[in-house]
Amino acid sequence: MTQAPLFRQITDFANRADPYPLYTELRRTPVLHEEEGGPYVVSSYYDIEALLHDPRVSSDAANLAASEDDGLGMGDETGGLPPSFLRLDPPEHDRLRRIANSAFGPPHQPRRIENMRGELDGIVTGLIDGFGDAREVDLVDQFAYPFPVTVICRLLGVPREDEPRFRSWVDPLVATLDPDTRRSADPEFVKTAQESRMQLGMYLAGLVEQRTKEPQDDVLSDLANSRGPDGAMTMMEVLSTAVLLLIAGHETTVNLITNGMLTLLRHPEVLGRLREDPGLSVRIVEELLRYEPPVQIVPQRTCITDIELRGTTIPKGSRIWLMIAAGNRDPERFKEPDRFDPDREDIQHLGFGSGIHSCFGAPLARLETQIALSELARRLENPRLVEDPPPYRPNAVLRGPRHLNVAFDGLR
Amino acid sequence: MRLVVDLNKCQGYAQCAFLAPDVFAMHGEESLIYNPRADEEQRERLARAVAACPVQAITADGLDGMGGSTASAPEASDAR
Amino acid sequence: MPADHVEWIRREGRIVIVGASLAGLRAAETLRAEGFTGELTLIGDEPYEPYDRPPLSKAALLGMASPRHTELPHRREIDAKWRLGVPASGLDLSAKRVRLADGDEVEYDRLLIATGVRARPWPKEAEARLDGVFLLRTRDDATRLLQKLKAGPRRVFIIGAGFAGCEVASACREMGLQVTMAERAGAPLVGALGGVIGAVAADLQTENGVDLRTRVTVTALEGDTSGRVRAVHLSDESVVEADVVVVSLGSLRNTEWLTGSGLGAGPRGIACDAGCRAFDFRGIVTDDVFVAGDVARSPHALFGYQFLSLEHWGNAVAQAETAAHNMICRGADRRPHLWTPAFWSSQFRVNIKSVGVPPMGDQIMITQGSLAERRFVGVYGYQGRVIAAVSFDNNRWLEFYRRQIERGAPFPVEFPTMDRRPEGRQPVPADFPDPSLPTHGPTVTLSGYSPADQQLVFTPARH
Repeated sequence: MTQAPLFRQITDFANRADPYPLYTELRRTPVLHEEEGGPYVVSSYYDIEALLHDPRVSSDAANLAASEDDGLGMGDETGGLPPSFLRLDPPEHDRLRRIANSAFGPPHQPRRIENMRGELDGIVTGLIDGFGDAREVDLVDQFAYPFPVTVICRLLGVPREDEPRFRSWVDPLVATLDPDTRRSADPEFVKTAQESRMQLGMYLAGLVEQRTKEPQDDVLSDLANSRGPDGAMTMMEVLSTAVLLLIAGHETTVNLITNGMLTLLRHPEVLGRLREDPGLSVRIVEELLRYEPPVQIVPQRTCITDIELRGTTIPKGSRIWLMIAAGNRDPERFKEPDRFDPDREDIQHLGFGSGIHSCFGAPLARLETQIALSELARRLENPRLVEDPPPYRPNAVLRGPRHLNVAFDGLR
Repeated sequence: MRLVVDLNKCQGYAQCAFLAPDVFAMHGEESLIYNPRADEEQRERLARAVAACPVQAITADGLDGMGGSTASAPEASDAR
Repeated sequence: MPADHVEWIRREGRIVIVGASLAGLRAAETLRAEGFTGELTLIGDEPYEPYDRPPLSKAALLGMASPRHTELPHRREIDAKWRLGVPASGLDLSAKRVRLADGDEVEYDRLLIATGVRARPWPKEAEARLDGVFLLRTRDDATRLLQKLKAGPRRVFIIGAGFAGCEVASACREMGLQVTMAERAGAPLVGALGGVIGAVAADLQTENGVDLRTRVTVTALEGDTSGRVRAVHLSDESVVEADVVVVSLGSLRNTEWLTGSGLGAGPRGIACDAGCRAFDFRGIVTDDVFVAGDVARSPHALFGYQFLSLEHWGNAVAQAETAAHNMICRGADRRPHLWTPAFWSSQFRVNIKSVGVPPMGDQIMITQGSLAERRFVGVYGYQGRVIAAVSFDNNRWLEFYRRQIERGAPFPVEFPTMDRRPEGRQPVPADFPDPSLPTHGPTVTLSGYSPADQQLVFTPARH
């Protein structure tokens, strides 16, 4: 029997629970090109890092020779909204990201995230209290999903109670991010995604309009009313930014928290230490971002000229996949890379990417996950996995368990 | 607690400024300024900032017991 | 050098480090980290333990840091004898003794010289002594200057538009003070970055309200009857009233104490080999004397084996680590100091960073962004190679250009880059001033030359 190409095995759902042996195999060919028209797959730490800082590597969907559509990618025909800064190059990327940042972080809003810490604690406490007398919960549905959704809603200024509405639009959009789903995507699927994006945009447009008239202390208000040196975003730019922040603001964190709890339950000694020392959560989260990064692949890059890498020429216009999760376990970079070890001296991971597209919401995701894991460790009495491995979400890019059933003896 | 940032390594990701805003501040879009002598009450925030720096550019002492060692910065520069 | 001698030094030798600043401290830490268990002495002319200087012209003036509290964190215990507040005054190479200004002598088996540089004072001594005339190099300088600036002077006059001068101008403007800055060259920063970038720096100054005077020199500082500075006289015969004058004329290397010692030391620094071993005045390498930091000048394979003097923070750290390593290991285990030069500055909220050696470049191309927007990457070329790059608020790309420099990539940059504007399609002269004319604070001094293969491949150590 002939083996399927490695990159197809990686996107194959059958390998979702443990893709790491495939990544190890992948690293044997640092630049792997397995089929005509297929991606150039880059899997070593230093190469990925170099390409993330390479001004010849574009994120602009328009530069992809064989541009395929996806929801977050926001190809220009998708749902009528312009591309978000995630899929733009400088100078447009820089301008939009600067404006978005002025609503979110330093130097303009140095304390917006810091000031949410009390609120984050409160939400986590409420969710854990909500487990009530149960002795088994699905940590995804009852904790890891509702927590970041509540947070991103508060931050943006989206009513929390609208979650069921926007979830029905978000899910098809996120599904299109998966390369495997996309290949098999029928026109109906693409159409649903486009409609979802438009619906989500229209829903947010209503909120933005309201915030334009009556600004509040939230990101939507600041985006709608930005008047800095970079000028204002157009209404359409506000909407595509808001769609991006809403989706990216929780779809990745849910996986980071769930992967985190799964990893801790597989490493009870670390979980035990975390129970005693909540400060350890800081290093645990960094090691998680290396060991089980929620974004495993950055599949949306292309080069605007031929690039020579490790003796292979990547021709202009080729699709490049940066295998973040493989680079994070590159033995050329990390000692004993397959060991989960929050005490390691050096955890300079690629979990949030690097360069100009490095994760916009990283500080929020860090705080959320630190609080989530330390509180779960502190409050769950004798927690254990009900099923290992747990069932996974289909997505190979945003990889994480669909459910994580955890049994415990009670709440502290 | 004393600290120093290797500003050659620093790429202005601002994680430290988010996580310890009383110690680190962005001055413009990508310049970092910071207080090299952080108050004791900043210990936890400083530890978060040190761990979160994507380029591991922050060296601090006096963070013992915060779940790990301090980062070190083997290279950097300034035009003086 | 017999191996057992090196072993003996590692175990029970006496190592003396002259210079207790960044390079001295990092060298001491590296010695201990690499297993040196003998006696370690650090000698420093200032009465303070090692502190960081870059914040003195930035965070300290902006109120984010106290100039009295920029002491450097220690990476590890160094278990050293500290001789602080006493400058070294002489060196006896044959007796292996350092003389101190207080008459003491300290014997060594191996010596590291890291005495750095000091601010070049205003040449007319009587004028330099006027109340209100400042240098900015030490923490005492910064403390005094800050106190004066906080008192709300009517006008600050800055002599010299190098990095330090520009940073002070920026901080003063943020404090709401009136600032005049005078520069002999045609624009700020030209010595370090050339005229093309200097023009951008000039716009930055003037748009932020600095009264920038170029192509002038200061001819005299005028004091009032009580000895306070009151005005500055310029070569164009204009007079500017100012009650604070900051002299920012670059630096002088602290080598006078070595006069007559037989070391190859002089105004350009102390020459050493790539392994940080000092040359004597005959050009013969010494066995037991090493050099690191601002005071050293050493040949660099990437830059035609020219002797580079780098007044860079990162160079002080890297060279100290290499020197310390080489001091206590056998010949075959020695490493060359091949750090790719890099520095940063921050002024008017703009982040300026550079890699490589810009003053070697004769041409420049703006490969990303635009000068007019003050967000760009500029690449310097020399004899068909990429030799340096500079970024204004665009630093995340610099790593790429550092690799280009290390590989000796061809110049002009032919390949397309994102955000390439029409202005960046052709190289233009980088417009450095004649190197024989003094400018204020070039960050790299090139001196000496050996013809070398231009096609070398530089493979830096990975961390």
